[in-house]
Amino acid sequence: MRKVALITLLILTCWFASDWARAADLKIPHNAVAGESLTLATSGSGDATLILVGPGEVVKRSIRLGEDVQIKPEELRHAGRWIAIVRGGSGPQSQAFWVSPGKPDQLSFLARPSRVPVNRPGVISGVAFVFDKNRNLVPQPTPVEFSLSVGGSGAKQSVKSSNGIAWVKSSSARKAGAAQFVASAGDASVRRVVQQVASDPCNLRMKVEQKSKDHVVLVTDPIRDCTGNPVPDGTIVTFIETDKTGKSVVDARIKKGIARAEMPASENANVTIAAGVVLGNELHIGGGE
Amino acid sequence: MKFALPVIFGLLTVALLAVGAVHPSSTAPASSPEGAVQAMLANVQGHDWKDAYSYISPSSNVDLQDFVKDLNGRDGSLRTYSSLESFTTRPLHENDNQATVRTETKYSTAVGAFYDTRDLNVVKDNGQWKIVWAGEKTPTVPPQVIPVNYLRWDVIWRGAGDDWGSQNVENPHVRILSMNPVSQASGLSIMGEVENEDTVPAFVSVAATLVGKNGQDLGTESSFDRTSHVLLPKEISPYRIDFPGIKLTEVQSARMKPDSMLVPASADPVIGVMHQRIEKDAKGRSVLQGDLLNESGQIVNIPHVLATFYDNSGKVIWVSDGYVDHALLPQTPQGFAVSLSDDLAAKVHSYRVTVNQYSRDWQD
Repeated sequence: MRKVALITLLILTCWFASDWARAADLKIPHNAVAGESLTLATSGSGDATLILVGPGEVVKRSIRLGEDVQIKPEELRHAGRWIAIVRGGSGPQSQAFWVSPGKPDQLSFLARPSRVPVNRPGVISGVAFVFDKNRNLVPQPTPVEFSLSVGGSGAKQSVKSSNGIAWVKSSSARKAGAAQFVASAGDASVRRVVQQVASDPCNLRMKVEQKSKDHVVLVTDPIRDCTGNPVPDGTIVTFIETDKTGKSVVDARIKKGIARAEMPASENANVTIAAGVVLGNELHIGGGE
Repeated sequence: MKFALPVIFGLLTVALLAVGAVHPSSTAPASSPEGAVQAMLANVQGHDWKDAYSYISPSSNVDLQDFVKDLNGRDGSLRTYSSLESFTTRPLHENDNQATVRTETKYSTAVGAFYDTRDLNVVKDNGQWKIVWAGEKTPTVPPQVIPVNYLRWDVIWRGAGDDWGSQNVENPHVRILSMNPVSQASGLSIMGEVENEDTVPAFVSVAATLVGKNGQDLGTESSFDRTSHVLLPKEISPYRIDFPGIKLTEVQSARMKPDSMLVPASADPVIGVMHQRIEKDAKGRSVLQGDLLNESGQIVNIPHVLATFYDNSGKVIWVSDGYVDHALLPQTPQGFAVSLSDDLAAKVHSYRVTVNQYSRDWQD
């Protein structure tokens, strides 16, 4: 009789333990994806509270044990480690699970610099970050296409992202202009502008345009850099005239591609020209040129 | 007898009141040439232009309006923002009917004291000493059209709603071309030149931190107004940074910090610096002088001259600056002078003058 009572007690204990364990049982799919719905299967019976704690997000829901729980896509926006907690009558139970990012949908594109001289090797860099529609970084390798073009001509390069990041380095073109630097992945595409500007003036030359009793007008040839791009208007070109009365200097601005300066007339003067640290030709005015 | 004291005190009071009421008239005839000049300048100091004008000889052929403009400035020049703080006079020579008096005036302005030396001719006119005022001759520019192709840079900055990856327009690239420390009795100065090597205008400032022998910072200063702050593409400006009271022997190194910022700017006006030469002024001091020529069609109100002096190896040995108290009228030369010490003048091999400008119309 005593033996029977012990066996009965053991059976009751096991039954209670198994019932208690079944009450907190949660089945979470292994392929949870951010921005997609998720179905959690529960077992047991009775009312309980489900709490999902994720990166920057918490969901609290009253559930009935033994029924499936639907998590809406907008409730599961962030990829990362989540914890599901069920608080029922028999005490809380928790389970961790991972939510992976969705499909590549957006790009963040850093293009540097915003302005660069032409014909310089490896000066332009582009870094693209691949995100899903909920701005979760997508670590899976994703092909990202970079294109850099000025006036219709340019180059394309396809790079696979690594840990969500793809990057390229590129040289500036020989032609000045606003280069369109585009990164695209799938349907996502981002455009940046890299201004490719003329380098230092090359072969700076001036001549006398007009001469009168009081003054002499000096004008440059069209000012270009060494690859033939016009140096931007507004660039300073310094004319220096030296004669016995002293030195006369005019910091002229390039306008419409040329610089012009009006200097005092002199019977015997040397005129030099410079733009920044670049020197041009020298003229002798008066007394034979 | 008992009324004696009140009567005496009453008479004394009346006498004192009479003495107090009588003061020399501000237009009282001057008894000497120097007195005439002093009386005129004292009236100028008190902005009493009519009384000051009463000391001007009719033979000067200058009216009150022009006289006031000569002394109080015109065309929004620096002189219009100044006032006569003090003056000294000294007769250079004198006879019964004519004299020359040297005046040294000190004007206080928003950018510091401004000194002017002028030799005034004084003549006896109907028994009174009067000043022959040589009015400023402002040449009139013939009516004409000066074509100006306006060139301006505007900047579109990054907006608040832009993606975080969207880059802002980059600040201009500036480069320090040279740096030279010069020790003087008053302290240490660091000077050199800075270039905007970009293709856009830059607002530039140059700062320096001196590091002492033990690695500690001795101080940080900036070039303030001894540089051109707005530099157009490829423009080169001198800079000078002063560290008063610091000796070169205390310094181990200097950290230079050129800062640049992209700013909207205009490429006009163009100011030529003509006939630059080092000469001696009336007081025998070495000065770099020349003429500024505003080649544009609008008035430049306050010109600021920056002079860079180089030795025979091309090293910057001094940077000096000075404001011109006259506005630059279009196509009209205006003289300037920047002083330099005789020691320095002996070492100077070449020099370069650049001009900053502050103009109401251009900046509006």
